[in-house]
Amino acid sequence: MAGNNTVLIIGGGFSGLTVAVEAAEAGLDAVIVEKNPYLGGRVAQHNKYFWKLCPPNCGLEIQFKRIKNNALVKFYTLAEIEGISGEEGNFDVTIRVNPRYVNEKCTGCNKCAEACPVERPNEFNFNMDTTKAAYLPFNQAFPFRYVIDDKFCKSDCKNICMDACKYNAIDFGMKPETIKLKAGAVAMATGWNPYDAAKMDNLGFGKVKNVITNMMMERLASPNGPTAGKILRPSDKKEVKNIAFVQCAGSRDENHLAYCSYICCLASLKQATYVRELYPDSKVRIFYIDIRTPGLYENRFLWKVQEDTNVTLTKGKVAGISEDPATGDVIIEAEDIHAGKKIKAKFDMVVLASGMVPNTGEMKRAAGIPVTDDGFVNAPELKKGIYAAGTLKSPVDVARSVQDATGVVMKSIQSLRRG
Amino acid sequence: MEKKFGVYICKGCGIADTIDVEKLSNVATKDRKMPFCKTHDVLCSPEGVQIIRDDMANEGVNTITIVACSPRVKYEVFDFPGTITERVNIREFVAWSQEPNNEETQALASDYLRMGIVRTQKGDLPEPNILADLSNTILVIGGGISGMTAALSAANAGSKVVLVEKEPKLGGFINELYKKIPTGEYKEPLIVDAGIDPMINEVETHPNIKVYKSARVDKTDGQPGLYDVTISSNGNSETIKIGAIVLSAGWKPYDANKLDHLGYGKFKNVITNIGLEEIARKSGNNGKITRPSDGKEAKKVAFIQCAGSRDPNHLPYCSSMCCATSLKQAKYVRQNPDALAMILYKDIRTPGRLEYYYKEAQNDPGVMMTKGDVTGVSDAGNGNLYVEMTDSLLGEKVKIEADLVVLAVGIVPATRDPQVYLDGLTQAAAKGDDAKKAYLETTLKPEFILNLTYRQGPEIPSLEGAYGFADSNFICFQYETRRTGVYAAGCVRQPMNMAEAQDDAAGAAFKAMQCIEHASRGVAVHPRSWDVTFPDPQLIRCTACKRCTEECPFGAIEEDAKGIPYYKINRCRRCGTCMGACPERIVSFKDYSVDIIGSMIKSIDAPEDEFRIVALACENDAYPALDTAAISRKRIDSSVRFIPLRCLGGINLVWVADALSKGIDGMLLIGCKFGENYQCHFVKGSELADYRFSKVGETLNRLQLEAERVQMMQVSISEYDKLPDMINAFVEKVKEIGPNPFKGF
Repeated sequence: MAGNNTVLIIGGGFSGLTVAVEAAEAGLDAVIVEKNPYLGGRVAQHNKYFWKLCPPNCGLEIQFKRIKNNALVKFYTLAEIEGISGEEGNFDVTIRVNPRYVNEKCTGCNKCAEACPVERPNEFNFNMDTTKAAYLPFNQAFPFRYVIDDKFCKSDCKNICMDACKYNAIDFGMKPETIKLKAGAVAMATGWNPYDAAKMDNLGFGKVKNVITNMMMERLASPNGPTAGKILRPSDKKEVKNIAFVQCAGSRDENHLAYCSYICCLASLKQATYVRELYPDSKVRIFYIDIRTPGLYENRFLWKVQEDTNVTLTKGKVAGISEDPATGDVIIEAEDIHAGKKIKAKFDMVVLASGMVPNTGEMKRAAGIPVTDDGFVNAPELKKGIYAAGTLKSPVDVARSVQDATGVVMKSIQSLRRG
Repeated sequence: MEKKFGVYICKGCGIADTIDVEKLSNVATKDRKMPFCKTHDVLCSPEGVQIIRDDMANEGVNTITIVACSPRVKYEVFDFPGTITERVNIREFVAWSQEPNNEETQALASDYLRMGIVRTQKGDLPEPNILADLSNTILVIGGGISGMTAALSAANAGSKVVLVEKEPKLGGFINELYKKIPTGEYKEPLIVDAGIDPMINEVETHPNIKVYKSARVDKTDGQPGLYDVTISSNGNSETIKIGAIVLSAGWKPYDANKLDHLGYGKFKNVITNIGLEEIARKSGNNGKITRPSDGKEAKKVAFIQCAGSRDPNHLPYCSSMCCATSLKQAKYVRQNPDALAMILYKDIRTPGRLEYYYKEAQNDPGVMMTKGDVTGVSDAGNGNLYVEMTDSLLGEKVKIEADLVVLAVGIVPATRDPQVYLDGLTQAAAKGDDAKKAYLETTLKPEFILNLTYRQGPEIPSLEGAYGFADSNFICFQYETRRTGVYAAGCVRQPMNMAEAQDDAAGAAFKAMQCIEHASRGVAVHPRSWDVTFPDPQLIRCTACKRCTEECPFGAIEEDAKGIPYYKINRCRRCGTCMGACPERIVSFKDYSVDIIGSMIKSIDAPEDEFRIVALACENDAYPALDTAAISRKRIDSSVRFIPLRCLGGINLVWVADALSKGIDGMLLIGCKFGENYQCHFVKGSELADYRFSKVGETLNRLQLEAERVQMMQVSISEYDKLPDMINAFVEKVKEIGPNPFKGF
């Protein structure tokens, strides 16, 4: 055994957190490198998990509690990997930690945000609202520490937040830091990004105001989202009572993502329940190719949603989406394969079930990671001692990411014992 | 440890703007007789923390009450190993959720301080309970792809492994396959040799793995780290020390005899997907698909998907693997270029990159796929069959002729039969001894897998909605079962394909290793995976009522011959359900007991002219939700005092009696959602709390109080936006009922 008991984890979403806490509880050192100012990744942006309809923050809270109680887990937020070299058992890792401009003295009292005079687009909410330049990423963020997005700071106002902070927590003198460490194994868990819906010309995203993506829908439905959980459409903040979901928006399409993104069917069924629960007089229509709800619980969830007579599932591809300029309503043209006809229907809002794109960009640069033609990590080709978890290898849900991440810990232990 | 107390109040984050900190300080020193109470403008600052550290060094302070923010934050600052440290949350619960500078707000802070001090006075520093002679050998039950992967994973990580396989050969279902789906790119060749022999060889020759074939587990006795597992094989029996267990007993195909509407058993040429593998594998056939009735080559093969699966009368779940299996088997058929494979489906489910496998089949003109509902199979003469479909894309009602019909039957976990049998036995036993006897006499006993010697039964208990799978129903924590130290992998846990099963097995084997590691340090496993406390009952007062042994969600408590309970501590998850269940109040942890919580409640000042409500809240979900509500500065009625519990399952009804007889006007029990989609981290805790709550009426009756004074609420961590209003509505209701007449007694 080399003198190195450390697993480096790139990405602090649910997969990365799982690798870290599971490894640490088995006695390994775990170091998480997360690019956001908070841990939790995509899961933190979700309102509920599908089929169980339980809140993802519940699982995150446990993971954070495990971190708080385990000195073997270290994490860097606002951090990225600059380089990885070396071999299994003995990697040299260079991490760049970007300045937060808020130090560990921050108590989370909110005075800096109250005082801050400028706003910035809130990417956590897919820019559907804004935060102050001094902000807390969201109300259950971990670490519970504010951050300053200095890109938006005006040169003449910096003293305002500093004056407001009674705890000397704001420090504009912070510089990017370079940290070097050794690791015996590397777990990549950088997750996924939503497919850019604007690339699908016919589906109107970016042009038709009331066409949004499924991830935006998560934020609209969340109590800490831009509409405090009310599902209101972007154009006029009207309550969404008549909604359509367009499945395979990009997925299973040779021109976009040739693979099936796996999560979108269940996500739309779940989001149908958001609308139906919030507005009892609402109607939901889902346009699909196949409804894919494989597994032990998932199919019964499909039945549960189908039992609701106000939810209609239509097999058929959506050909085009346009806007009714007078009302802002969204017009869908689609085929109804069962009925054997073309249909045209109007909705308050349309959700594109956009797919999953593995987020391999950063790592390809850092470590020369082999990828497949469709952008996933080509796991069998990975260098010994480097592993990929969760959605980097294939589109999967949280449950399967957890399963996979736990397996990655096993492989990491093998690396440390071999190395 | 001789306690030296220190109380420290923070004035920052709005605390000093909301309450009179000097007055609060007097509560500590005058009312609670603390030797001193210090205040600081910013207690979490380096200067503030230094005061505490200096007192520890110079005065020997070792029992610390921090009166500041929520324990969920600044945990790294207020971390004093070797001390008793209690965090009193007056920032979130007072400064951020109460009207500043009024008497009720001050009284609230005082009560929180009293409760915190009581906790430090009553609590003790825990020491781990590390059992001797622990084994770190992992037992893997089942030698299929999951079991072999689990065994190799653990063995290659340095663990000793014992693998038990019931068949004479390792490999499980893969031995039945003619070909398998390639892993990776899903390009030609689309069917490849299953090639399991190298893996079997690796397992059988691995120095860390001992394999038992034609073997079964006769008995599993003990607890994590200390199992004695009796294995019988070929007439020999052996008992081995085991640390933790991977349950990878696999699955069997759904019984096609139950699918008579699809012609199975009636027509020779209706076979299952497993049957097709057998035909393709048959020596001399060399992959040729012949039909059973006359041995002729089948040239028009219909595959009926979801044969049993996705059917409320059979298997209500999707078996996940059958779509891809039929696509693969269509390729068997298509080895003859003149043959046609027809796949009749509800949805083709090839999630993720398996989509490419589906696309390859779509590009094959000899593979026809049609969506519809298959309603029946009928005779078409000469051994041929009609498959009848409705609602298909070919028309409302169609008949498709085939010379062979393959039913894509789904999977049934090996754990199902034992669970069904045992659940039936429990139900029969509940009806009385005669019913139980009749059940035992008339019901065929299936083969058990674990044969645990647990009071709560020999197998993993069934879980509502899991249909016999050994699953947790936790999305975030896949490997938890209600039997600590037993981790399920592969199709016994959930339906999955071969590649998924291998990933799954590595995870389960890791959890088994981790469990052993925790046992060696005397620390609990998930979800309190840092906790070194443990239940330590005063058995002299035990009445052998059996409530703890029945209710423990994890089967951690056994009974001796006299019915007196004893703990198998390495099975315990430290939820405190036993503590709540015990009517004699004898179960205590060093820092958590009926007396500690009861004394905290009793320390609340209940003046005659004000309302006082005690809310016992789950610390995992309700408590963070309350913190989050405070971040939004949501107001909660100042009469409410929150006391966190490890799990609401720890609630003891004596606290209700204590509180109400002391003049507390109402009580709230705030726990996680229970039922099929439960959110309780201890699976059954909140449900058991609800069960106990249903008995609270008796207590209230005895005190001649209104039942509405006590209410249970189920909330999730995300309901922070609704929770304050829910609580305030309850307070209003109690105020309507009026003050507790016991006030002042």
